[in-house]
Amino acid sequence: MKRAAVWDVLARWETLLVGLLVATLVWGSVRSEFFFEGSNFTVASSNFMERAIMALPMTLIIIAGEIDLSVGSILGLASAILGITWDAGWPLWLCIAAALLLGAVCGLLNGLLVTRLGLPSLVVTLGTLALYRGLAYVVLGGSGGQKAISDFPAGFADFGFDPIPGTVLPWSTLIFLPLVALFFVLLHRSWIGRQIYATGLNKEAARFSTVRVARLKIALYVASGTLAALAGVIFTARVSSSRADNALGFELDVIAAVLLGGVSIFGGRGTLVGVLLSLAIVATLRNALAITNVGPDIQSFAVGGLLILSVLGPNLARRIPRGGPRHGPGSSGFRPTSEPRTEPQPGD
Amino acid sequence: MASRSAAKLRTDRLVGLVGRVRELGLLVALGIIVVVVGVQEPRFATPNNARQILLAVSILAVLAVGQTLVVLTRNVDLSIASIVGLVAYTAGYLFQQDIDTPVPVVVLVACLLGLGLGAINGLLVTVGRVPAIVATLGTLYVFRGVDYWVAGGKQIVTRDLPRAYRDIALTRVVGVPVPVIVAGLIAIVVAYALRYTRTGRQLYAIGSNPDAARLAGLRSDLLVFGAFAASGLLAGVAGILWGARFGAVDARAAYGYELQVVAAVVVGGVNIFGGSGTVFGAVLGAIVLGTIANSLTILRLNPFWLQAISGAGILVAVTIDSLITRRLQRALVARRNR
Repeated sequence: MKRAAVWDVLARWETLLVGLLVATLVWGSVRSEFFFEGSNFTVASSNFMERAIMALPMTLIIIAGEIDLSVGSILGLASAILGITWDAGWPLWLCIAAALLLGAVCGLLNGLLVTRLGLPSLVVTLGTLALYRGLAYVVLGGSGGQKAISDFPAGFADFGFDPIPGTVLPWSTLIFLPLVALFFVLLHRSWIGRQIYATGLNKEAARFSTVRVARLKIALYVASGTLAALAGVIFTARVSSSRADNALGFELDVIAAVLLGGVSIFGGRGTLVGVLLSLAIVATLRNALAITNVGPDIQSFAVGGLLILSVLGPNLARRIPRGGPRHGPGSSGFRPTSEPRTEPQPGD
Repeated sequence: MASRSAAKLRTDRLVGLVGRVRELGLLVALGIIVVVVGVQEPRFATPNNARQILLAVSILAVLAVGQTLVVLTRNVDLSIASIVGLVAYTAGYLFQQDIDTPVPVVVLVACLLGLGLGAINGLLVTVGRVPAIVATLGTLYVFRGVDYWVAGGKQIVTRDLPRAYRDIALTRVVGVPVPVIVAGLIAIVVAYALRYTRTGRQLYAIGSNPDAARLAGLRSDLLVFGAFAASGLLAGVAGILWGARFGAVDARAAYGYELQVVAAVVVGGVNIFGGSGTVFGAVLGAIVLGTIANSLTILRLNPFWLQAISGAGILVAVTIDSLITRRLQRALVARRNR
């Protein structure tokens, strides 16, 4: 492989993202005079913090060649568990612990189904997306599943919304930043990261190079489930309400941000820096639209368009100078090479 | 030579058997649900309720047929629910502007709109080389965003719609509601085309081995484009049925419905990695999910169990598939070595 060329492309991608971020910031400041106010930064970043937290393990999972569509539902289920345990009179720390444990179990189930049974992660997590969200409705109950538990203590709600005194950073930053450091070291400075890339590039080769692919993937799914539950706790604090439909559809935002960050949907390529930049872009874009009274669904239009353009642009650009036969991933489906329909290997 | 072709025939039969086992399993599951719920609640096993179930299933089935075409080619179309919503709103909007707009004109516009949106997906995937899951995840947002932009928070209500349009969902021919007939005809035509036409077989070929299909000279891009366009067209048809059935339509119509469609297709035994599965299976998957939904309502259970059950259904279906395939491969290897 021409490594220099690959790094060149990556470098250019992140440069592009920086440019895009600056453009979004400029555009936002033109649209509203309140854009650069400290309180707006607090709102924008706390609104996006849950998705940013879930994007960290999602980055690793997609680089490892899999996907997790169930994160939004795990968030909802964790929020529901937090609500009913609080309602049952448990101390708050125990409620939070229960929610996190449940998230880990949900992730573990995803991981086991993907690795032990050799099922495609797209299908497994699509199934658990419905399953976990359904359970959230069932757990909270109430007429039509619309029950909400919102009598949380004031301090809990403040944690979700107030900035750290003297700064414009929301409290949840104190959770997010150490996580960023942890995931950065994991992915870019440790052997685990090398194993993740190796697994995403070629699962079989990785396995023959003593990577314990199954264990690695299970660990990634458990991390994803736990952090989705953590995001659920923060979300519940921020909106100070435990509802079964909390964070409906967040998984799409998370995946869109990761892909826009330059992570290949086929695995093996991408950096955390790119994902952080794209998270900032998506958060800025949504905020710039929101403060000028554009509804969340038209914001999603912008995010969706950006997602398509982020993949389409480079693909079309690559084709123009070459002019020859088309290469590049993804003429067909979400796996570029012909996935051999071999017997799923238990423990691969 | 003769013995080899006989062995091949036996292998083909074995492979065909898996599909049939799956469909048989679904029929048995359906039978069990009907018997169990029918015993609990006599109102369940009546012709009237069967009609209700089929009416509810017809939209899901039309979408499942379109999704089958796409999934067979090892792609996926996540944008269909957004197409249904946009088409249903647009149809209502045309009537809202002028209630005397002829119904066939609106149906035609709806179909063309669906076809056009499907073609956008197809172009993104074939010309733009955007992986299908990324492209249709993007258009899921984009089409829904257009829907919101067009609707602007307003709603189509039943009195905006002419009687003739509502009649699409209300009329019965020989006791069968029109949407059920539409869904049935679409399923039969597509099933026939997939099984007996060259294009149909080529769709399977692309899905089971894209590289081999291209090397064999199949025009993969054109066929994949066609599958997406057809899926969009069928979503347009489903949008008309949706609008006619529910009357009141806002920008959130069919929100999140793509999940149920993919569930129906996967439960119906269409391989998510392409290359195998039938329209009959996908429709059967839709009927099973629809029957479960109806049972929950009739037994007065929390309707939100349905979502958990669809999810569990997907997991159980793919697990069983994987186990059967493993058995089958072992049997084939054993036979080859004999």
